Amino acid sequence: MSETVLTIRNLLVKRGKHFSLFIDHLDIEDGEVLAIIGPNGAGKSTLLLTIHKLLQPENGSITFKGKEIAEIIDLTYRRQLALVLQKPLLLNMSVHKNIATGLSFRGLSKLEINQKIKEWATRLNIDHLLEYPATKLSGGQAQRVSLARALVLKPEILLLDEPFSSLDKPSRISLMQDLRDLLQETNITTIFITHDQEQSLFLADRVAALLEGRIRQVGTPQEVFSSPVDTSIAEFVGIENVLPGRVIDSEGGKVIVEVVDYHLEAIGNLDTGKDVLFCVRPEEITLWSSSTIPASSARNQIHGQVQSIFIQGPLLQISMDCGFTLKVFITHASASEMNIQEGMRLSASFKASSVHLIPR
Amino acid sequence: MEWIWEGIKQAVILLFSFDAEIWTITWLTLKVSGVATGISLLIGLPVGTWLALRRFSGQGLLFSLINTGMAFPPVVIGLWVSLFLWRSGPLGGLNLIYTPTAIVIAQTIIATPIIIGLTIAALQQLDPNLRLQLLGLGASRWQLVRALWREARLPLLAALMAGFGSIISEVGASMMVGGNIRDQTRVLTTAIVLETSKGQFALAIALGFILLFFAYIVNYVFTWVQQRDVKSKDIQ
Repeated sequence: MSETVLTIRNLLVKRGKHFSLFIDHLDIEDGEVLAIIGPNGAGKSTLLLTIHKLLQPENGSITFKGKEIAEIIDLTYRRQLALVLQKPLLLNMSVHKNIATGLSFRGLSKLEINQKIKEWATRLNIDHLLEYPATKLSGGQAQRVSLARALVLKPEILLLDEPFSSLDKPSRISLMQDLRDLLQETNITTIFITHDQEQSLFLADRVAALLEGRIRQVGTPQEVFSSPVDTSIAEFVGIENVLPGRVIDSEGGKVIVEVVDYHLEAIGNLDTGKDVLFCVRPEEITLWSSSTIPASSARNQIHGQVQSIFIQGPLLQISMDCGFTLKVFITHASASEMNIQEGMRLSASFKASSVHLIPR
Repeated sequence: MEWIWEGIKQAVILLFSFDAEIWTITWLTLKVSGVATGISLLIGLPVGTWLALRRFSGQGLLFSLINTGMAFPPVVIGLWVSLFLWRSGPLGGLNLIYTPTAIVIAQTIIATPIIIGLTIAALQQLDPNLRLQLLGLGASRWQLVRALWREARLPLLAALMAGFGSIISEVGASMMVGGNIRDQTRVLTTAIVLETSKGQFALAIALGFILLFFAYIVNYVFTWVQQRDVKSKDIQ
């Protein structure tokens, strides 16, 4: 069983007059990658800076390896952690000197510094850039240098504040892959802030959803993204169809939920009469141009009229008026094939297993 | 026009004839302004850094006072320093009036707000998250400050040049607190005023060129240090 490296209890941090972060309970295990997800202004960076002792809490405790951090000298504690921010914030000097920054702060000899830099520059594929001025690097290269500058310190905890958000997609994917390999090799405990589902699923062992200064759910990425515990998390993780309904029948792990005039099927064990939120992702829904849907395993069928069509990258988001608004994602090719236009009547189907129910 | 040409010729002759009086005046000018710049830097850099990195109420008011101090007329500073150092003044017992030390004091008061103001501006133009990043890499307070100075070295050198430039060229304060005493407190600017009042225009112009020449040499060294850094950044 892994050891707990960091324990947070009843932590209260206030920033300005209106924002407060309160974490009643959060444990971070040795070697795990914990992603903290949440919208802008949820308090993610505040939590990270407080963990690094760069912000003072009003109340509560953070315990590092069994000792309260308030009792550890600031510099001694901070030097066991390393921080990477969203912008690389490299200094106006060579890549080599940038990676050496934290090591120089710790007073290591030139020989030790050079050995460590060589090792980590090679691991992050920036060894050919060492004598390059840091200001001339591309965004992806600069963030690699920023990561090397932190990883070279071999921190007990690595704190990453949205390190990929300013990168283009190819650079982001390449760096995420390399970082995942490095974290698996080195087993460095990592707390990683993101609002990106893809990054959490790819890198994190666990996800903590932080909304309005409170941690609302902690679990595996799959749990949080497919079974959110409340509406706000559901909406944040991209479940755009959150419909109020009531269980009208429940038998053998299957429930029938009444949503407006529809009787829709879902998997679950809830009592009849229970009010629920019926959640289904737009990408789990299939559209049909005729009102007769071919026989399939998709048990739920809904009919409605196209209200609006929005382009969302490689997909189109279709909003349908079905007595409630149903959002559906469809590819450009399918939309063109079906000649979808505003005002058109369409049918939609989805499986009972695609539905997530949140009891109210 | 003939005076100007005559002045240039006389400046060259004076410089290379190693005229003892000219060298005494020039050396005193460089020494007094150099020491005053050094003291201003020792005060202005830490104070400016502290002010740039802190947040406190009344900060805006203080910054506007510092900015006003940057434009303070040297003659007004000369007047106040004279009042304090005058024999009957509060610091009269120190017997500093009409000494090079008095000029150093007045010039330090002129240059310090300039160095403080430009240090604040230099550090505030850095990304505010850079401080968090450096602390996040384990910097102590002193290491943080040194790293920020290094990062803002170009505008900080400009602050130093502006401070030096403001005092090597001022005349009002030096005249009032130094008294323009031959071989004791006469600096290039006060000597120029004296020679002009005597109608010795060619000599005044010559002294003006010597002043410009040495101001240029000192600033050339600062600029060389500054621009060497800019060039090294451009290497691909």
